[in-house]
Amino acid sequence: MSAATLERAPQPKAPEPKGSHRKPRRRKKAGERVLHWFTWALIVWLALPIAVVVAFSFNNPHGRYNYSWTGFTFKYWGSQLFAIPNLTTAMEHSIIVAIAATAGATILGTLIGIALGKYRFRGQGVANLVQFACIAAPEVVLGSSMATFFLQARIQEGWPTVIAAHIMFCLSFVAITVRARVLTLDPSVEDAAKDLGAGPWDTFRLVTLPMIMPGVIAGAMLAFALSIDDFITTEFTSGSFVTYPLWIWSVSRQGLPPQVNVMGSIVFAVGVLFAIATSVVSRRRAA
Amino acid sequence: MRAVHSNLRSKLTPYYLMLPGGLWLAVFFAVPIIMMIGLSTMSGNIISGFGDTWHHFGNYAGSFTQYKSQWIRSAEYAGLGCLISIALSYPIAYWIAFYGGSRKSTYLFLLLLPFFVSFVLRTIAWDYILGDQGMLLGPLKHLHLVSQNFHVLATGSAVVIGIVYNYLPFMILPIYVALERVDPKLIEAGRDLYANPVTVFTKVVLPLSLPGVFAGVLLNFVPAASDYVNASVLGGTGNTMIGNVIYDQYFVVQNYPLQASLSFSLMAILLIGIFSYARALGTEEVLAAAATA
Amino acid sequence: MSGTDPARLRGMTERRSRPAQQGGLSRRGLFKLGGAAAASLALSSCAIPGLAKIVTPAQAQAQARDFWPKQKATGKLNFANWASYIDPDHESLKLFTQATGISVNYQEVIEDDNSFFAKIDPLIRSGQYTGYDLMVITDGFEFTNLVELQEAIPLDRGMLPNFQRYAVSKFRQETFDPGNLYSVPWASGITGIAWNTKYVKEPVTSIDILWDPKYAGKIGMMQDPQELANFGLFKAGINPDTSTLADWNKAATVLQQQRNSNLVRAYYDQSYLDALSKGDIWITMAWSGDIFQQNQSAGNNDLQFVVPAEGGTIWTDNMMIPKYAQNPVSAMKMMDWFYRPDIATMVTENIQYISSCSPVNSLIAQDAKLKKGANGLDQATLQALVGSPLVFPPASVLGRVRNYVTPTDPKTAQTFKNLFNAITEG
Repeated sequence: MSAATLERAPQPKAPEPKGSHRKPRRRKKAGERVLHWFTWALIVWLALPIAVVVAFSFNNPHGRYNYSWTGFTFKYWGSQLFAIPNLTTAMEHSIIVAIAATAGATILGTLIGIALGKYRFRGQGVANLVQFACIAAPEVVLGSSMATFFLQARIQEGWPTVIAAHIMFCLSFVAITVRARVLTLDPSVEDAAKDLGAGPWDTFRLVTLPMIMPGVIAGAMLAFALSIDDFITTEFTSGSFVTYPLWIWSVSRQGLPPQVNVMGSIVFAVGVLFAIATSVVSRRRAA
Repeated sequence: MRAVHSNLRSKLTPYYLMLPGGLWLAVFFAVPIIMMIGLSTMSGNIISGFGDTWHHFGNYAGSFTQYKSQWIRSAEYAGLGCLISIALSYPIAYWIAFYGGSRKSTYLFLLLLPFFVSFVLRTIAWDYILGDQGMLLGPLKHLHLVSQNFHVLATGSAVVIGIVYNYLPFMILPIYVALERVDPKLIEAGRDLYANPVTVFTKVVLPLSLPGVFAGVLLNFVPAASDYVNASVLGGTGNTMIGNVIYDQYFVVQNYPLQASLSFSLMAILLIGIFSYARALGTEEVLAAAATA
Repeated sequence: MSGTDPARLRGMTERRSRPAQQGGLSRRGLFKLGGAAAASLALSSCAIPGLAKIVTPAQAQAQARDFWPKQKATGKLNFANWASYIDPDHESLKLFTQATGISVNYQEVIEDDNSFFAKIDPLIRSGQYTGYDLMVITDGFEFTNLVELQEAIPLDRGMLPNFQRYAVSKFRQETFDPGNLYSVPWASGITGIAWNTKYVKEPVTSIDILWDPKYAGKIGMMQDPQELANFGLFKAGINPDTSTLADWNKAATVLQQQRNSNLVRAYYDQSYLDALSKGDIWITMAWSGDIFQQNQSAGNNDLQFVVPAEGGTIWTDNMMIPKYAQNPVSAMKMMDWFYRPDIATMVTENIQYISSCSPVNSLIAQDAKLKKGANGLDQATLQALVGSPLVFPPASVLGRVRNYVTPTDPKTAQTFKNLFNAITEG
């Protein structure tokens, strides 16, 4: 996803293209080659657990524990994939929460981002401070403070509190993303629209919004990624509601069944495909 | 480019825009934190209830003396994790920024790829990989390349490995962005002035990339210092961090006031650190890079 | 991962010249923030209330007599239990649904009593349904807390005919729940020592092996304060039933010494089994039925279990109904269902924990005579089960197992917990 926005973002300063000042065919220095191999080594190291997760989704374990290879099978990808109803439910819960949290955080965060980026007003400092604190605050603190808040306010923990918590911590990220985008906007375009007689709502809808849309989408994708993977804050605020990371955690005390590996691999593949697709789309749009 | 609107149709527009989100943050972020401060000064237990607010600041003193080793350990693991992370990330960010050419985004993408898998699942996968008789150590022990008692899990090293692994993109990306901004003409100028490559690096590139490095450090240190998952899965006795203590005090002991005082202390320490650093360096939006991941 | 918009990242790395003008925090902003904070501090004095009053058993029975006639039957049940605590393919639950028409949502969400209690206690305090109608709680602190905080519904024993007929009372459940006011046992178990025969070649009989430097770094202990405390007390030669604060301190010293000598690899919840099977630990405190089930599913006999000579802990997991349960009648029916001898036998054969239903022993003996086995188990396993001292403890074992130490006074309980938590948290 980052790759995509990198390509897509306009660069007002327009620096010189990086590679062009060097001769096209140059001898690779030793240092450069070392760095090249180092990069690849790190990519492999980073991918190692993922490879293990995917590989063991094809394992056929004898007992509860899926850590030694005992035989190849496709059954956990096919007929047995939804054999654990609680896991499937937890997965559904995660997706629904992520969608709801993304929607909420995107709307609220975009509004804040626009406010902070375009206008100057009293209380802006405080607002920046709070955004900052929200992003900087450790998840343990966010989670435990919300948990005790619900306890003192006699609010039942469940999916509403989980969604509320997710919207809360995602919204600052969206706000920052949108704000950065808004800061790069050329105000003369909006002034031109106003000069041509567009009202504020029309200006917003037809001029501002499309221009900041890449930032909004980037913020939304960020919110979705944060929400679907969130563990610590959700653990404190979920009550008896179970999401996919929470389910993995509680079952890991016992041994992960291969279905978890399969679902993890599927989520991974979907994310990858999505990122590739966005990158292709943006490349086509830029071309 | 900053958009300055001096003639606003309605001066209240920004307030309207801020209202929904601001209210949400006030209710679910600010209020709980403030109530947590109040809770941290209560005393009591689960049966007879908690009360007596503002009378028991002893929780704070207690939490620091009793859990001194966990506080120190959290700082150590997070700090060590940051250093290792910088050592790993800087060369890569440098290489991609300067030599990546047209394939920069592909490399970045490949580096970020593993993070599409759930955090918990990744950490548990390391637990399996590093098992005493697992796929890494098992063969090594079989070939007698390491002693039979050798183990990586249940040590501080495993926790640090987990921390470095889980937060690496938050270090690579800020450094990469800072390096990418370096105008190659500056490097050429350095060369033209007879500086050798090492001097060019230390006097031109490194100072320009420092804000990125510091941003990466912040984005690593804060979550790492407050994490409990890595210590729980990969650590053993003597590897508990302050995040574990907070978790225990809430779920196991149900000593809510102590847990609240620990949480608040943790947040205060981290925030004060961040603010003083931000003031000192004058760097704006240091955590905007959090949005890059 | 997304959004490396250079413009934004540029903002991240640029120096800022004058904070105040560019929306930084000015003095005024600080005052406003202070004002708002002061206003909200008023909110922070919300205390968390405790017990309204103590309820005597007579009052609890009166409450039960009052409560149950008003309840109507429903067609659902939400059942929270520990993992691997029922026959694996849930045949017992399916038969229940066939017999009563009640659909069961079986959730293996309990990993330890502490965290489960921490999840449901806030819900019940706020007067809300926990999401569960039936739960299985060990006879430790959380059980006592639930009873004292009136967060469990007293039972109507008129609705438990099978229990009345078949239940065995020899496991002293009377002490923590006299008259079975709030609970009926689900299963009992013994905490002892388990080891992996691939790595530990000597016979294990004494608790001293957990303190043996030969196995430094390969020893597992349990995290739960009550489990840990009992083993410390056994090592120090003290009987938990009559122990005092001074005794607990002695136990804590012994455990601390074990820790300081780097003998213990980690303090586990139920995940000790994973570590033991993987080979990360070789000897550990363990629960009796877990070891059998692991051997069963792995198809070998690598893991062995023993009750140490110095003593083991016997505990009982009990079915309770949390307050505000929406399907209490279904919960009672299920409680009674698991005292049907055939169902109890089915479960016991599969989990190999101690049953409180008296005909089970003879029924298992009958099943062991069947060539094709029964309830998903083969004949050899059933025959081994018949004489198993773990599932049908003889007097010699019963003589040396003890209950948990459960101080009822909250302050003493807190002291106890803190004493042993300090060892696992350190």
